[in-house]
This record gives sequence, C-alpha cells and structure tokens, in this order.
Amino acid sequence: MIGKPWIFALAIITATASTSLVAQTVNSGLRGPTPLNEEGPAAPMTPPRNTTEREVRNYPEQPPVIPHNIEGYQIDINGNKCLSCHARARTGESQAPMVSITHFMDRDGQFLASVSPRRFFCTECHVPQQVVKPPVDNDFVDIDTALSRAAPGGRR
Amino acid sequence: MSTVDPAASSKKSWLARLWAFVVELWDVLRRPSSVFGLGVLVFAGFVAGVMFWGAFNTALELTNTEKFCTSCHEMHDNVFQELKSTIHFTNRSGVRATCPDCHVPHNWTDKIARKMQASKEVWGHLFGSINTREKFVDNRLELALHEWARFKANDSLECRNCHSAQSMDITRQSPRASVAHQRFLFTSEKTCIDCHKGIAHQLPDMRGVPGWQ
Repeated sequence: MIGKPWIFALAIITATASTSLVAQTVNSGLRGPTPLNEEGPAAPMTPPRNTTEREVRNYPEQPPVIPHNIEGYQIDINGNKCLSCHARARTGESQAPMVSITHFMDRDGQFLASVSPRRFFCTECHVPQQVVKPPVDNDFVDIDTALSRAAPGGRR
Repeated sequence: MSTVDPAASSKKSWLARLWAFVVELWDVLRRPSSVFGLGVLVFAGFVAGVMFWGAFNTALELTNTEKFCTSCHEMHDNVFQELKSTIHFTNRSGVRATCPDCHVPHNWTDKIARKMQASKEVWGHLFGSINTREKFVDNRLELALHEWARFKANDSLECRNCHSAQSMDITRQSPRASVAHQRFLFTSEKTCIDCHKGIAHQLPDMRGVPGWQ
C-alpha cells in the first residue's frame, strides 16, 4: 500500500514532468526552434542547379537526376518539353542523353516504337536539383566505396 | 450641272435621291473655292490632317494595349491566365511583355497589316468562334500555327525587339543555353520560335510539330 503523502508526491512529479514536456522546445535541424504547434517562416528559395554535367548515380537503378533548370517545361497530354531534346530523334541536335531504352518498354516487357505512356511523365522519377546545404547529415556511401573499404588494400 | 427638282425628288426612291446628292456633292467638290483663300484651305487641310492622324494613331494605340486585348473574355480567361505564371509576366527585374509586344509588329506598315488581319478576330469574337473553353482548346493548334508561322516568316522579329543576338552575353547564360545559341541562333540556322514554343502560353497538341514528339 502506498501512503497518502506518496500519492501526493507522485501527482506533483507527474504534473511537473508533463508541464516541462509541453514547454520543451523541440529543436530539430529541419524545423528550427519553432514550437510544434506553430508554423515557422519558410526557408528562402534557392536557385536550381543549372549545368550540363551529369551527376553520378548513387546506385545503378537510380533515375538520373536532372542537372539543369526545368522551370516552365510542359509535360502533359499535348506535349513533352523534355523529349524535344532527349527523344531518340532529337539527340543529334541537342546532344542530350537519349531517354533510356527501358522507357520504350510496356509493362509486359514489349518494346514499343516510342516512349511508353507509363514512362511519359519524366518528373515522376527524374527531378531537378536545388543548390542547398542539406539540413540533415547523410553518411551514405555507394557500393563501390563499401566494397573498397572491405577489400584488403582498399581505402578506409 | 444636274440639279434635282425638289418636288420631283420627293416622289423618287431613296436610292435615286442618294445618287442625286452624291452628284451634287461631287459638283461642289470639283468647283474652285470662291469664298476661302488658298492659304486658308491649305492651312485648314494641314490642321485637319494633323488632327486626323493624331486621332487615328491614338485609336490605334488604344487597341494595342493589354487592357484592350483582355477586354474580350476569350483572351482574358485563356491565354492571359496562362501568361501570368511565365517569365514574360513576372520575373526578378520586373520588366514584362504585354500582349502587343509579342503579337503586333512594332514598325508601322507591318502593324497596319496585322491590324487588318485582326478584323478576322473581331469577326470571331462577334460570332463566338472560340467563346467557350472547349472551342478554344479545339482551335488551339490552328491559332498557334498562325503565330508560329508569323514568327518564322519574320525571323522572330517580335522576340528580337527585346532579345538581340548582338547583346546576348553567352558567358552569363547556362552552359546549355550558351551552346545552343552559338550553334543554332548565331549561325541563323534556327530562329527563336523554332525552340522556344510555348514559353508564354500552354502548348496545343504537339504531335506532328517539328522537334516535338
């Protein structure tokens, strides 16, 4: 049996603990010092990366990211601005990389004459990049680095 | 000189009376003035000419404003709304293009020619050829083809009123733009509209348009 003073003390401790939990500011790198029930100021917009240099993929299946600005590029039932450079027939003039052959394949594995409708909307997988400092650190290494570390003479 | 008897003319048809009036007016016009001096006539003609020209050009310029263009709901609800999100309406420096900057030639002869063509657009407005969104979308390709043909024929003159190839600093362009402009624009192999379709308005069905899938 717990005595009356004990119950009283427990109540005080619980009340203090819950109060301090509410008052506690959650300070995460993503949302800053803004309390959870408030919306903080929006981060300033950053310029899009706008080059011709391809970025190395982190793993072979990664959809390559878009190294250039695509603002205002129309991709809908009427047309696909991306394909006016990246389509097979357009790469001669544009010198852009051709859309991968996998994009010509329908869901049954049959190759079509042109880009398959299910692969038409480029930005479902391929995204442009913004010039930003990542708010959260990432220690991801690709498989080549991982294998190299494991190898006897590899760099650590 | 043919004068018309008033008693007889009242019995004639309105067409005959009109003809009689025209004939009489012509007689007055071809007779030398017996009241005004030559100097007065010349000066009055000059003043009247200035006033007419001023009024004509003022009226012409009134039809050359965005306010006038978007006073028709066909333009206001379709193409003007699409323009608003593009760089030709809002951008970092606040310089913007209005409808006539791209759609009406700036030099006078071409402008008058375009204005005469635009009488077809007044006809279209009066008879509602694109007065619903559906009709507009159905006709969008034809309308766009007209504009592309005009830009192609005049070597994208309306683009070049602001964007001059001579003043283009390719070192300040992105690498993609720099390469493309050197290869196609500076060599006159292509003109602006060949690559920059759909920069101010949404595109129609682009199947069959050169360079598009």
